[in-house]
Amino acid sequence: MKIGFSGADEVFREEVSGWMAEHLGGEFAALRFRGGPGDEHSFPEERKAWERELAAGAWIGVGWSRDHGGRGLSISQQVIFHEEYARAGGPGRMGHIGEGLVGPTLAAFGTPAQQQRLLPGILDGSQFWCQGYSEPGAGSDLANVQTRARLDATGKHWLISGQKVWTSLAHEADWCFVLARTEPGSQGHQGLSFLLVPMAQDGIRVQPIQQLTGTSEFNEVFFDEAVTSTDNMLGQPGDGWKIAMALLGFERGVSTLGQQMQFHNELDEIIRIARANGAARDPLLRQRIAQAWAGLKVLRYNSLRMLSGPQDGQLGREAMIYKLAWSTWHSDLGKLAMDVLGDAGEILDSAPYQLSRLQSLFLFTRSDTIYGGSNEIQRNVIAERALGMPREMRVMG
Amino acid sequence: MEFAFTEEHLMIRDSAERFLAQVSDSHAVRAAMNRPDAHDPDVWRRIGQELYWPALMVPERFGGMGLGFVELAILLEQSGRFLLGSPLFATTCLATPALLLGHNEAVKAPWLGSIASGETRATLAFASAPGLNACSVHTVAEPSPRGWILNGDYAQVIDGASADLLIVAARAPGTQGEQGISLFALPGDTPGMRRDALATLDQTRRLARVELHDVQVSEAQQLCGPGQGWAVLRDSLLIATAGLAAEQTGGAQQALDLTLAYIAERRQFKRTIASFQAIKHRCADMMLQVECARSAAYYAACVAQERLDPEGDATVAGELEQAAATAKIHASEAFFHCAAESIQLHGGVGFTWEYDPHLYFKRARAGEHLLGSPALHRERLAAQLLGE
Repeated sequence: MKIGFSGADEVFREEVSGWMAEHLGGEFAALRFRGGPGDEHSFPEERKAWERELAAGAWIGVGWSRDHGGRGLSISQQVIFHEEYARAGGPGRMGHIGEGLVGPTLAAFGTPAQQQRLLPGILDGSQFWCQGYSEPGAGSDLANVQTRARLDATGKHWLISGQKVWTSLAHEADWCFVLARTEPGSQGHQGLSFLLVPMAQDGIRVQPIQQLTGTSEFNEVFFDEAVTSTDNMLGQPGDGWKIAMALLGFERGVSTLGQQMQFHNELDEIIRIARANGAARDPLLRQRIAQAWAGLKVLRYNSLRMLSGPQDGQLGREAMIYKLAWSTWHSDLGKLAMDVLGDAGEILDSAPYQLSRLQSLFLFTRSDTIYGGSNEIQRNVIAERALGMPREMRVMG
Repeated sequence: MEFAFTEEHLMIRDSAERFLAQVSDSHAVRAAMNRPDAHDPDVWRRIGQELYWPALMVPERFGGMGLGFVELAILLEQSGRFLLGSPLFATTCLATPALLLGHNEAVKAPWLGSIASGETRATLAFASAPGLNACSVHTVAEPSPRGWILNGDYAQVIDGASADLLIVAARAPGTQGEQGISLFALPGDTPGMRRDALATLDQTRRLARVELHDVQVSEAQQLCGPGQGWAVLRDSLLIATAGLAAEQTGGAQQALDLTLAYIAERRQFKRTIASFQAIKHRCADMMLQVECARSAAYYAACVAQERLDPEGDATVAGELEQAAATAKIHASEAFFHCAAESIQLHGGVGFTWEYDPHLYFKRARAGEHLLGSPALHRERLAAQLLGE
């Protein structure tokens, strides 16, 4: 157990900060500090171009193994990359689903042919991904997925029909990974498969959802005999649940550090405002600001523990608490932002409904404790899988 | 950067756990509580002379094992789990860091040697008044022909009545704040020192009021001179805070584990009460807090280790105040929360003297205020964050 950075690490830090200073300007200057949670709808084309800029600098897949085309950086250097990226105001990553979720899942479950076909598009910033898990009837009860896939007459294609919902950035994505029922009549975890589906086809329709923020990051995605090649199934028919759960494990990986650095930028803005508007003199707000700061440190320490543990998609104890920890912390931060703003928090940037960054934070964090497994589901998972408590009764049929 | 336990760490943890399960079960904890010094001298002898825990962090040149604070934190987590009544915390977390960071080799060498050999139980006394800053040092060291004469008192000294060695803080006449503070090493039988054990809410750790009446100390007892004392005292207290957070993490974990064991057996409405979602979710929240406390405590332990190592990473060591505060806030609140939940989820028997949750609850409350409450540490952080 050893923390701190070596001399070589500090040289690497210079390299990252130098690269960011050099590249995050000019046509990309407007992207600084943009595109984070609650702002993901902003500047999509420019942020895709930024992904290609990152790719040209070999800054995508820094934690992937070299065998898969990544840099194979040590944990320390991954930490440094994320710190310097956020410190420079690097924009929210359009490619994070591909880099953080699809890549590691392909590395773990894909065939060499699938890896060779699909990983390069993630690494070069040309292919963007979205996640097809939730459905209107399969939210917390994800295993109740009803989207079905059947082989066509040739046996070479899967035909997918059904509806996914809460799909972030589906309108910007080239690919969707879809959890679908391939065994007719199956129930629950059984009979599900993991399919990779190209988005540009007639069988797919994307419809944005207007959120309580007024903006639309999330979408409904309708599949009507959408087609994908049998080469695009990850694992075997029936492996879908296992792979879907492993992917959620990868979600608790190094990408959490980048997320935390965005949180840090948000907290810094709150502190700046508190100093400027006098809120810093309020003893209760001082306590909450310090609590937020210390809580963010603990999120970081939790991540360092996760990253120092085995990276096999299995959830360790500290990983199982991670979603509950950050979502609760972040929604508290949203409320703190409004309490620091005081009266000013009520006034919009402009009509009809243009939110400031902190207003957007306040409203958007209400989704943090719901998406990706609500806090209630997280508590079930912790109780049952980490603490070995009795499982919830399931009503069959 | 490697923020995970090594195989060696896990061995240290497992052997500590096996030992403590034997010598510090509920019966033994209650027996120790009733002893005047709140610990079993035979267990302490084994800890010192067979397990070498007090020697763990002492450098080899002083007769110790030369391991780090992380290894000590692992032991403290286990001692907290088992509510071990012991001079371990005061000796290793308060006195040893002060001696290690202190300047006078003539004081350091003999006392670190006798701590490492398990012969000396030691502690640190500094505050006459509540508070954790330099202003709470009121005791005065008046220069005299043979050194100094100390007069003053210390309000709540951990193991103050039983310690064989007290490292005490005193200030030069007329000085204020961080100026003029020296540290001295006083044997427990020093003439003019009066020690009164206090009756405490938490019976697993003893506090004492210590008074110094015209205590004569010599040059050979001065660990740090004026101008150096505060920096050593401040960092010793922060290192102790990190150690306390590890101990509290263990207490929080055990409060959760006791609860899980009880609710898995207790049946109502023809099912175990552990099967109710209302209870599962509360246990999940307890685990969330325990794991956050553990992350924070071990991070702080890593920082303390760098601070104690003369060749440690200065950047990491510079995080000591913030890391110790973060650990103390989270571990204190996790322990109190888990101990309170433990009483509640035990139901009626949780309110009895016979069952153990109250022992954890009282220890949690005592630890929350020891070395600074969460509110105090938050206020200190706020002052830094807000650039004051």
